[in-house]
Amino acid sequence: MLLKNTYNEFVKILAKPRSYLGIGALTLLISVILFAMKADGKSFISFVTASFEQTLSFNGNILNGNLIAFIILQMLIVHIPLLVSLVTGDLISGEAAMGTIRMLATKPISRTQIVLSKFIAGAVYTLILTIWLGFLALVVGKWLFGSGDLIVLNSDGLVILKEQDILWRYGCSFAVAYLALLTISTLSICLSAFAENSIGPIVTTMSIIILFTIIGSLDVSVFDSIKPFLFTTHMASWRSFFEDPVPWSTIWNSVLILLAHNVILISIALYKFNKKDITS
Amino acid sequence: MNETEIIKVEHLAKNFGSFQAVKDVSFTVNRGDVFGFLGPNGAGKSTTIRCMLSLIQANHGSIQLFGKDLHKHRNEILARVGSIIEKPDFYRYLSAEKNLEIFARISGKDVSKKEIAGMLDFVGLNGRNKDKVSGFSHGMKQRLGIAQTLLHQPDLIVLDEPTTGLDPQGIVEIRNLILRLKTEQNKTVILSSHQLSEIELISNRMVIINKGQSIIEGDVKELLNAQEMVVQLEVNDVEKSMKVIESSFPQALAKNINERIIEVQLEKQQVPSLNQHMVQAGIEVHAMEPKRKLEDFFMKIIQS
Repeated sequence: MLLKNTYNEFVKILAKPRSYLGIGALTLLISVILFAMKADGKSFISFVTASFEQTLSFNGNILNGNLIAFIILQMLIVHIPLLVSLVTGDLISGEAAMGTIRMLATKPISRTQIVLSKFIAGAVYTLILTIWLGFLALVVGKWLFGSGDLIVLNSDGLVILKEQDILWRYGCSFAVAYLALLTISTLSICLSAFAENSIGPIVTTMSIIILFTIIGSLDVSVFDSIKPFLFTTHMASWRSFFEDPVPWSTIWNSVLILLAHNVILISIALYKFNKKDITS
Repeated sequence: MNETEIIKVEHLAKNFGSFQAVKDVSFTVNRGDVFGFLGPNGAGKSTTIRCMLSLIQANHGSIQLFGKDLHKHRNEILARVGSIIEKPDFYRYLSAEKNLEIFARISGKDVSKKEIAGMLDFVGLNGRNKDKVSGFSHGMKQRLGIAQTLLHQPDLIVLDEPTTGLDPQGIVEIRNLILRLKTEQNKTVILSSHQLSEIELISNRMVIINKGQSIIEGDVKELLNAQEMVVQLEVNDVEKSMKVIESSFPQALAKNINERIIEVQLEKQQVPSLNQHMVQAGIEVHAMEPKRKLEDFFMKIIQS
């Protein structure tokens, strides 16, 4: 029954116009970045590398597909949560708003299975969005700008990664980025179990992200103890794969915290939905 | 619970915070019944039905369907139940066919595309299979709701206010459909409705609920026949008729409706005698019709 209802969830997601809004918006945003980089990427690079030009000389194709993919990921990882929650925040509360939750909950399928099938569908949708992001950023980026070594500026300074040493890093960073987006998806579905309308969980998800991001960026000691446990602190962990050497312990810590968030949020949603009186 | 009992609800109670929606509801539905579920607004009908379908968890009491405890055998029981609660809601962005496919997939039985098409035909939606539900009228959605209810061949059908918002033709269609379900397929139907005439016309048993409590339960005919009867008489002389009634049936209540019609409330066994007295007094009785009594009965029960 879980598989059958998961299939149903895919049918519903595929039929909803808002599902394509996320993919469309992502395509548009990346197209704008690609166009801007194609049109005036060199001056952008000059601006970034200006401070190093007296001590270093850059040869070869710096503005390549690898760098473009990195820039795109960095720019969009903040905005993609909105596109994810636009679809996943509606998965349970949308049924309540439409009234179909009554029909669903009177079928011989347990409420646990109803919620789990929505989580699975949300996870697959998020995966499709992440793969699409990767395809546009990396594949289209390389096609338009060619390949080359990747120069990344981080807090420790400039990191230069060989072309042959990049692809696996992107693979891993997309996997961690997916886990971060999956946490957003899980959060919005969890909030969706508490709501009776579609917009509430979407707005609340974004509010939580903004609040946690502000807490994370505030240099105040009172928040120091909670910062390591906020999922927003670990949303940029994908960047760690572009450090040399790769800080594996930091990455594993982030992965575990994000996974823990997913487990806790799914458990809360299951508890709430199983106890919920459907009166809508 | 014996084999003929499909539903047995005992001392059901449900609170929403401090508000007690259902205080003490008990009733039994037998196999093949078209069971009327009556009560004024806010009586607790919908809450009781939602408890029976596990949409709401009761605070107290027991619900047995098909001889099994609903709480322990939820999925097994719901596989044998089809329902419409208040109004059928569908995925507006999907077609009628796709909506039925979605609900059929989780109905607990394998339903083929051919059966779905057959069901749409049965409820009069043939030719609209591929149309999106967003373009459907209320009546069409209601018929699609019936199709969804019957798709997996349930043994028990629960219809909560199935005719709400329908035009007179739609009401008659749904009524006929329920009667066909009983006569052709021997389904057990629970029908909650404000339309008392509807219950009187198609139900064989009923329960009346008021203020969260079941007040009376039993066979519709027996319950109504146990009470006094109201008959409408069409006569040629209303004044003379009123005098005959006053002198011959002092306990009866007579009301002058217009210059040809009077309404008399009296005991059922007195009806033949009433006709006899009229004829003997030389009054022409053109028609003598029993008036629908459930409305009066219902009001009497609720007010008492």
